[in-house]
Amino acid sequence: MNSTTNQLKHTILYVILFQLILNVDSLLAAEAVQETANSVFRMDRINALVFVLVFSVSILVFTKWAREGKSLFLRKIPGLDAIEEAVGRATEMGRPVLFVPGIAELDEIETIAGISILGRVAKITAQYDTPLHVPVRYPLVMAAGQEVVEQAYIEVGKKDSYDPDTVQYVAGEQFAYTATVNGYMMRERPATNIYMGAFFAESLLLAETGNAAGSIQIAGTARPEQLPFFIAACDYTLMGEELYAASAYLSHEPVMLGGLKGQDFVKVLLIVCIILGVLLASFGYGEFFISLFTAV
Amino acid sequence: MKTTLPVLVAFLSGLILVVSFFFDDKNWLGLLGQELKIWLTIVGGFTLLLGVVSITKVNWVAVKRKKEGWKYKVLTLIAIFTMAIPSVLSPDWSSYFGRNDGSVYDWLFQYLMSPMMATMFATLAFYIASAAYRAFRARSAEATLLLITATFVMLWRVPMGEWILNLVPWIDIPYFLETYIMGGINMAVQRGIIIGAALGAASMSLRIILGIERTYMGKG
Repeated sequence: MNSTTNQLKHTILYVILFQLILNVDSLLAAEAVQETANSVFRMDRINALVFVLVFSVSILVFTKWAREGKSLFLRKIPGLDAIEEAVGRATEMGRPVLFVPGIAELDEIETIAGISILGRVAKITAQYDTPLHVPVRYPLVMAAGQEVVEQAYIEVGKKDSYDPDTVQYVAGEQFAYTATVNGYMMRERPATNIYMGAFFAESLLLAETGNAAGSIQIAGTARPEQLPFFIAACDYTLMGEELYAASAYLSHEPVMLGGLKGQDFVKVLLIVCIILGVLLASFGYGEFFISLFTAV
Repeated sequence: MKTTLPVLVAFLSGLILVVSFFFDDKNWLGLLGQELKIWLTIVGGFTLLLGVVSITKVNWVAVKRKKEGWKYKVLTLIAIFTMAIPSVLSPDWSSYFGRNDGSVYDWLFQYLMSPMMATMFATLAFYIASAAYRAFRARSAEATLLLITATFVMLWRVPMGEWILNLVPWIDIPYFLETYIMGGINMAVQRGIIIGAALGAASMSLRIILGIERTYMGKG
């Protein structure tokens, strides 16, 4: 069955490559016509370009400093520190760990952040020989998740323990997916539930069921409207940027941590801009300054 | 090669999409950006097959080994194929095929799937009640403050509650809640989280584009 899945993966890859080649040809022909007529730079987006450049330079500079060995302070994130402890609890209880990487497609950066954290969690479960269950809503997320989990098992030298069904596609519909995961929680009673990614109306359905099942729960999402639900029902919650910082935080790699410091530097710049904007607007001089930050 | 190629693809795709944002949609770079987004949809469409294979395999193995609850797995398999097969057959063959009005797919969706999903969504009310009970327990000064504020906001959000709040003559409570609580404190906190999350997302995207972050491939 595994070889069938691999063959299917390869067939899909070939079809996609073929499609790309066909599309590039037709696209280049269309481009040649369009290029002379419309090579227009969007001047109204110049502020975004400046921001992208400042942001990129700050991240690269801090990454370079990190490579050179400069020590970078990073505040503690209790939710991430608790992951190993929570997996340890599952091992002691002989129960599985449930990881939900959100319900969005792989083109959502939150899902990618969730998949990155899944890799770390899988390494710990592989070390402890703890069963891991990862239900997903999209096949593309399933393919990425399987790759990441398999790699984690290989890295800790337990390739034989890897079960390809650890990451499972369960349903494409939001509430069908939720019903499946809730059913799993009530039947299997996982000791630890980790929710990392993009969540919508199902966030509380999942977190409350996990709470009722008596699991330790760690959640992380960048959606402010779902955060109160996770905070109410989970033991630890990663808020907004903490979700994106998780993979770097858990890796302890100076190069990745450099990126986080670059991000903090830009945040300080933005805070200064906000304070300056408030002051200028309060005294009636803010129009030009605020126009610099207008998105188009 | 196994790592270099994906990093290169991520770098080029990311770079094209970022650069195309600064050019007109009719420019070749803009067109290329749009094309990449179409490719993503195509890739997603093909991977649906992977999903069908995975769900069939997992459930079939459970049925074959007569695992606990295997009868439900049989139901799942029947449901998948009963819904999928008639929907992919041509409506020219029979009016029950395809996804038009009156087809098997349409009937199953309207009278089984939609009500089941609506039921799941409706149970949210009970979950909110139990979560609110836990969150609003006045265990500390902060929790008490949250309880009082939430009570006022919830009252204000329903017509009868708003009517009750308007009975207080010396202060316009709905205006206070809208301006200072929701438009002031609540908005400021939400914006703080949104700005932080946006910067985090941008930082992670940049780390992926530059190949610094490879954890999403299981590396590092």
